[in-house]
Amino acid sequence: MLKNYFKIAIAVLRRRKFFTFISLFGISFTLTILLVLTAFIDKVVGDNYPDRKRDRSLYIARLEEVGKGNMSSGAPSYYFLDHFARNLKTPAKMAICSGFNGTNTYINNKKIAVNYKYTDAVYWDIMEYDFVEGKAFDKKQVENAEKVAVISEDMKNEYFGDVPSVIGKYIEADNVKYRVTGVVKNIPITSYMTYSDIYLPYTVSKSDYKDKGYRGGYTAILLANSKDDLPKMHDEYDQMVQRIPMESKDFNKIYSHADKYIAAYVDTGNENQSGVVLVLTIISVFVFLFMLLPTLNLVNINITRIMERSSEIGVRKAFGASSKTLVYQFIVENIILTLLGGLAGLFLSIVAIYIINSANLIPNLELSVNFTVLFIGLLVCLFFGLLSGVYPAWRMSKLDVVTALKAQ
Amino acid sequence: MIRLQNIEKVYRTSTVETLALSSINLDIAKGEFLSIMGPSGCGKSTLLNIMGLLDAPSKGDIKIDNQKTDHLSDKQLAAFRNKKLGFIFQSYHLINDLQVLDNVELPLLYRDSTAKERKMLATEALEKVGLANRVKHFPNQLSGGQKQRVAIARAIVGRPEIILADEPTGNLDSAMGSEILDILLQLNQKDGTTIVMVTHDENMAHKTHRLVRLFDGSQVQ
Ligand SMILES: Nc1ncnc2c1ncn2[C@@H]1O[C@H](COP(=O)(O)OP(=O)(O)OP(=O)(O)O)[C@@H](O)[C@H]1O
Ligand SMILES: [Mg+2]
Repeated sequence: MLKNYFKIAIAVLRRRKFFTFISLFGISFTLTILLVLTAFIDKVVGDNYPDRKRDRSLYIARLEEVGKGNMSSGAPSYYFLDHFARNLKTPAKMAICSGFNGTNTYINNKKIAVNYKYTDAVYWDIMEYDFVEGKAFDKKQVENAEKVAVISEDMKNEYFGDVPSVIGKYIEADNVKYRVTGVVKNIPITSYMTYSDIYLPYTVSKSDYKDKGYRGGYTAILLANSKDDLPKMHDEYDQMVQRIPMESKDFNKIYSHADKYIAAYVDTGNENQSGVVLVLTIISVFVFLFMLLPTLNLVNINITRIMERSSEIGVRKAFGASSKTLVYQFIVENIILTLLGGLAGLFLSIVAIYIINSANLIPNLELSVNFTVLFIGLLVCLFFGLLSGVYPAWRMSKLDVVTALKAQ
Repeated sequence: MIRLQNIEKVYRTSTVETLALSSINLDIAKGEFLSIMGPSGCGKSTLLNIMGLLDAPSKGDIKIDNQKTDHLSDKQLAAFRNKKLGFIFQSYHLINDLQVLDNVELPLLYRDSTAKERKMLATEALEKVGLANRVKHFPNQLSGGQKQRVAIARAIVGRPEIILADEPTGNLDSAMGSEILDILLQLNQKDGTTIVMVTHDENMAHKTHRLVRLFDGSQVQ
């Protein structure tokens, strides 16, 4: 029976080349975009190099101070994290680092843009960077504010060119020379919590780590002994935030949380307008609308397609097909169509991802079609197939034989 | 074989009521070849559709093979048609997307059968109508007469006891028309199939066992 459904499905598709093309194009195009998008999201939030201990880490990346008519929101300062978060009991380790900032440097009078990031020594302990050569700066070097630097592989190649080793050589940024202690594997900019070209001890930053304001450009990474300690660590920090004195009379409330990586990635600090919920809502609405259009299109095409086949419906009924059998046939036909579209979509996605990778749109970001994405893709296809097939099939089954045979 | 008692059919639309059939009483014996004639719009197709259980009468009873049919569900009706009845239409109603062989196999899809059996029976049916050499053709590659012969093969492939034909020669010239009639006559004589045929052609009607004339929804002869 299935074989016959397949036969007629293919026959119908072949004869209605234009409709087939439109429906297949709709499905495969939508699917391609969804697949590339999921591959992208998967890579951006799913890739855990170099913070491999992500599942037992929390991040304090945001701070919002609110007062009458005043609001200040952004990353916390080194002072704030060192002074308050440092006192937390649950974390086994705590690292503080800045976000990356851009500056310029000159090689042979040629200007190049570099990103630099300040870290403490614990940072290198918690993060598991792969060192191509050398090692990170240590606690003592940080305390002594030594002008040392860890640089990325790309930076090494750009600044020093193709040389075997750069350990002990000097790299200049903002008119200061830093001695290179290590070179690490590249990270795409989308892993923005760990990405940089140059990593420097926070103590060499001119002043900002001493500033007593609560807001600054730093993030704390809290490492718990185990995953199970995360809720405790999260709550401990929340309670601590309640007790923190106001920075000034302008404010009467401080919002800040220790969040998991994905939450921290989109957090605004203030749970009253949570970034996670907002981003998830936006993504779902977007995906939903995006899928709705081709589905409606398919429903429409299917209705036309089925009504055009009313003679066939009449004949099948006259010769012994029950309404149920026909509904089943049309749904199967439709699933075959959408699965074909799905296959085309998968193929297109692979091509698209290959092109994105080789065009190097975002340096060091290697997208790949993985099995999760593939599985999601197939589910989406089946969903399409059912959604766009059920209604027209139901409409069709309501058609009585005599009317179906008359309409021609 | 077919017994109609006091059949009445009324079509109601929002504005008019059409009495398409009124007090039809008809007994068709097993192995009989019956023609129905009458002017356009007199209710011939309606009557045939009611006999074929494609349409329900507004009043009256139908018995086929001594079985009452008014209480059957959609599924049971479908199975009943599949087993007992074969249809031939004026405009053939072949499925253009399918090859001749697949068109003929169609009724067998709705009963227990293997692909091999279906192919064998369909080929046999096509041989009977003289089209064994056209199995791979699509309907639009055939002439009208050939299409109707495929339709006959489809109607007989499931070996039904009754064949209902609504103007089977209506779209054909007289030569092709008589070819089709010959096939039907043979089916009736050789296999003993009961046939009810609507026609506009007096000559054809006279070649069958009995002629029923309708006028304005009533039986006049
Ligand atoms: N679905 C319907 N709704 C309303 N009226 C209908 C419907 N089907 C048929 N009729 C009416 O019932 C009457 C009988 O129609 P029917 O099709 O049985 O005629 P017929 O004898 O087969 O005519 P023809 O020789 O032209 O095929 C006609 O007056 C027709 O208008
Ligand atoms: Mg008619």
